[in-house]
Amino acid sequence: MKSESVAIETPGGIIKTSRMQRFWTGVYIIWLRDFKRFWRDRVRRVAAFVQPLVFLFILGTGLQAAFKVFGAGGKTKYVVFMYPGILGMTVLFTSVFSAMSILWDREFGFLKEVLVSPVPRSSVAVGKVFGGATTACLQGAILMVLAFFPWFFGFSFETLGKVLLLIPIMILLSFGMTAVGVAIAARLKSFEAFPLLMNFFLMPLFFLSGAMFPLQGLPGWMTVLTKVNPLAYGVDMLRGILLHGVQVTSATISINPKLMAYIAKAPPEIQAAARNMIPKMPQLQVQRYPMWLSLVVVSGFGIAMLFIAIWQFGRTE
Amino acid sequence: MNNASNAEDIIEVKSLAKNFNSLVAVDSVSFDVKAGEIFGFLGPNGAGKTTTINMLCTLLKPTSGGATVHGFDILAQKNEVRESIGLVFQDPSLDDKLTGRENLEFHMVVYRVPREVREKRASEVLEMVGLTDRADHYVETYSGGMKRRLEIARGLLHYPAVLFLDEPTIGLDPQTRNYIWDYIEDLKKREGITIFLTTHYMEEAEHCDRIAIIDLGKIIALDTPEELKSMVGGDIIKLVTVDDEKAEEELKRKYPDIEMIPDPDCFCFEVEKGEEFVPGLLRDFAVEILSINVHRPTLDDVFLKLTGKEIRDEGADALADMRTGLKMGSRMGRR
Repeated sequence: MKSESVAIETPGGIIKTSRMQRFWTGVYIIWLRDFKRFWRDRVRRVAAFVQPLVFLFILGTGLQAAFKVFGAGGKTKYVVFMYPGILGMTVLFTSVFSAMSILWDREFGFLKEVLVSPVPRSSVAVGKVFGGATTACLQGAILMVLAFFPWFFGFSFETLGKVLLLIPIMILLSFGMTAVGVAIAARLKSFEAFPLLMNFFLMPLFFLSGAMFPLQGLPGWMTVLTKVNPLAYGVDMLRGILLHGVQVTSATISINPKLMAYIAKAPPEIQAAARNMIPKMPQLQVQRYPMWLSLVVVSGFGIAMLFIAIWQFGRTE
Repeated sequence: MNNASNAEDIIEVKSLAKNFNSLVAVDSVSFDVKAGEIFGFLGPNGAGKTTTINMLCTLLKPTSGGATVHGFDILAQKNEVRESIGLVFQDPSLDDKLTGRENLEFHMVVYRVPREVREKRASEVLEMVGLTDRADHYVETYSGGMKRRLEIARGLLHYPAVLFLDEPTIGLDPQTRNYIWDYIEDLKKREGITIFLTTHYMEEAEHCDRIAIIDLGKIIALDTPEELKSMVGGDIIKLVTVDDEKAEEELKRKYPDIEMIPDPDCFCFEVEKGEEFVPGLLRDFAVEILSINVHRPTLDDVFLKLTGKEIRDEGADALADMRTGLKMGSRMGRR
């Protein structure tokens, strides 16, 4: 057979391939390994499923009680508002923390096996990004199933369409965010430093993304911060798509019916004055930025981070 | 393909040096390794062995100087060098969560071993290191020796021209060590590849065709084990007496041209023919002798003669350091 001759004739038994082929081989095998490791770990699989649910239901229900605004008169529940945010959060945390595997590989020596191999360093970085993004998207997908429940958006073609639209955005977001993690983990030597750094970066990124509360009516300095937060654009897109056509009203203020009846009987001038006295409730802006802008920001950020990750990885020794 | 100036030399090293800030780890070493030989780097921990290997394997950039491996420049042709070598690190570099066979598969994909031969090749190397029946178990269930053997097998998968083994037997029990050496020698015969290894075990260095003795970043001797041992000359006599100082005076008076071995811990000297020397020495020696030990020179003695210190002490110290380090580590909750 030809296989024999390949092994003996070519020096080292290695097929000569182009740099591009080598790159994609590297990406594929690094991705495959990371995925295998994830899939074999039952604890990780279960945690991946449970963690977002815990956030969604405990935090969502708890905050719903706090923000009566959402519950009292409006049709939309706070959990529904928060759902796209939790989707963004899940993708964010899983993506970034998946880069932790680089530190494990360094600690247990496997990284050396990879670094001394003839696959280009860039493919190791990209392979890691693919690996992390895959697990993040899987978690996101699990969460997306919830959208079909009557609690949320109900089972309809409309929901299906929304979910299908969400998928590419989720993929985009997870790539960008994993790249952030890889760029940071590539040259970190210390295990302890990674979670610290991540909390330092991630928490503000998450809080200012609009995942948990609407980014409106905030003080000026905070508004500026939310505008430079790439994740805010991601969450904005997710919410824009999911809550499209869903009536998100703020609560009507409950006013004593006796008082209402009294006002109704009063002369028109007094009625008008009374109406003015009822405070104007702000309307929830479902989508704050135009779709194209968010797309540009999120993909631009993702590409930039990917290049930084590749560059940082090339410098590891 | 191979554009080395001397076809026989598979590794050529020219004044290779590496500094870590002010620390000189490798101090301008030059040597050649011949194709098909087992070449050993012998020296205490911290002598610069691993640093040299890392530079030759393109993992570390030299501060100055250069080298070629299999005819490729370690600075300009990194990928070609990486394809030409197999590498077994001092510390394990396997993926515990994969099976032995999966670790091998990963390696073959990365090194682009043709798909058609992968399965056969994996079985071959597994057979060679005696891991066939454990191949489909997770690596985390392997013993230290099995991991080491799997790593050696992995290093061979892609038909490297040179196999680098950094302390291949460190931390293994004597029986497993002997196995590993059997594999290495078998390998040289069967695959005809060049093996470059480091060790700080003197008795193991004797398996090598040629040895470079390295200390403080410098090569202080390079030759076959036999030649190196003949540097010491005769046999080594070790005395334990009630008063070493007096005994030394007495010895110098009786035999004026005797050469003492510069070791503060041991009253040792070298003579032409040990067995014949001892009876004469015992006759009317003024100081009471408690014990006498006569032995043929070993590489230990060579190292002692060249550097004035024993290699073992440092090895033992380093091991002790490692142990306390491990303990501290586990106490701090890092596994």
